[in-house]
Amino acid sequence: MYAFESYHRAQSLTEAVELLAANPFARPMAGGTDILVRLREGHKDYAKIVDIHGLPELEGITEDRGELRIGSGTTFAVLMASPLAARLAPVLIEAAGWVAGPQIRNTATIGGNICNGSACADSAAPLLILNAHLDLIGPEGKRMIPLRGFHLGPGRVELRQGEILRSVRVKPEPGQGQGLGTAYVKYSMRQAMDIATIGCGAGVRLRDGRPDGIVDELRLAFTVAAPTPVRCPSAEAAAMGLPLNEAIQAAVAALEQDVSPRTSWRAAGDFRMHIIRTLAGRMIRTAAERFAMHVAKHVAK
Amino acid sequence: MLTISCSINDRPYELTIDPRASLLDMLRDQGLTSVKQGCGMGECGACTVLVDDVAVNACLYLATWVHGKRIRTVEGEVKNGQLSPVQQAYVDAGAVQCGFCTPGLIMTTTAFVEACRDKFRNPEDITPEDIRRAHAGNLCRCTGYDTIVQAVRQSLGQPASAQDLTKSSPP
Repeated sequence: MYAFESYHRAQSLTEAVELLAANPFARPMAGGTDILVRLREGHKDYAKIVDIHGLPELEGITEDRGELRIGSGTTFAVLMASPLAARLAPVLIEAAGWVAGPQIRNTATIGGNICNGSACADSAAPLLILNAHLDLIGPEGKRMIPLRGFHLGPGRVELRQGEILRSVRVKPEPGQGQGLGTAYVKYSMRQAMDIATIGCGAGVRLRDGRPDGIVDELRLAFTVAAPTPVRCPSAEAAAMGLPLNEAIQAAVAALEQDVSPRTSWRAAGDFRMHIIRTLAGRMIRTAAERFAMHVAKHVAK
Repeated sequence: MLTISCSINDRPYELTIDPRASLLDMLRDQGLTSVKQGCGMGECGACTVLVDDVAVNACLYLATWVHGKRIRTVEGEVKNGQLSPVQQAYVDAGAVQCGFCTPGLIMTTTAFVEACRDKFRNPEDITPEDIRRAHAGNLCRCTGYDTIVQAVRQSLGQPASAQDLTKSSPP
């Protein structure tokens, strides 16, 4: 038995918002793969539950004029099987494959992964690379905010009282989607059921489409490299306008200004910094190769 | 208390359950003791059952969530006294030692084999690495996994051959 102090099953999104607004200490629960574990560990913070599991209004992956809309209740397994997501946000699919294990991916939702405020959320780095937006609904109405800035600290996010994440949006923009080579990798001791030691996502656009061309745009994001998932403005700026090899060197050299890895039982801070630098180089190169490959295929047609 | 209806191993059930109960609690209360509690936090997969043919950890799933759904446990895989092909493959490959992880693994394999078939995946294209990845949510502390991979290969209709077994580390 889970030690709920209060439990309400919402029958609709409107009811869920009302229930959350009326119960200031209640938390929404969708997949439950984090909350139920914490409850079992005896965390009182998770004892009041508004159950939003399987609400139809939070499901579905759709496209509207090039914008990808992923319902927050979408499980990672459903996301990974979506041809639409694979076309519009391949780096998100790549990262979803690193989440926990198959059973957890069958239950855990992308909304929970973002909203629980974890610094190691596997979906956060790819979504930061894609400049994703969050579609929120609360007692005061709807709002759309960027994911960048949503994470405030460990376990803390920019959600107002009663607010629920309805969907994650990846908007079409110049240089994104097919115009940006992307890559994500997670470093962890085991390849399954382990929390990231470091997760790294990169997005690259090259001026002339050659694998060693000038970097016109770099986007770099990490999980577990700071108290929240982060983008790396210093490294991104340092790489601009340089040929790929020099761009990688410059980005890696500037990285220290963007991240602040901590020491924990899982890994020492300086080891994490080493992993951050190594993965940054590898992911920028992989993203650049994919961009060049895409251009080559496109030109060949 | 909430009343739900669901099907368990193809039999209809109407149950009155505490909303705090996990699916694992509920199934064991119904006498389905193949559903094992190992870690109780979604790490080991010993409690794996299928909900609408999708593998989930019953320990991290509320019993109320199965309202209107179809649950399968290893007990229901035996039809007319005959083991399912997956169960038989585990026996043939000797993929069982202490047996605690076996019901969960068999359900994971069952979902994997059925999904491969539904997606018309050519069994010959499925590598031992794919098998290991698909079973990464189930821990076995006895077998070293090679015999389990062998059982899955047999379930997929792949020829059994010891030399194909990977030497890679456990999933």
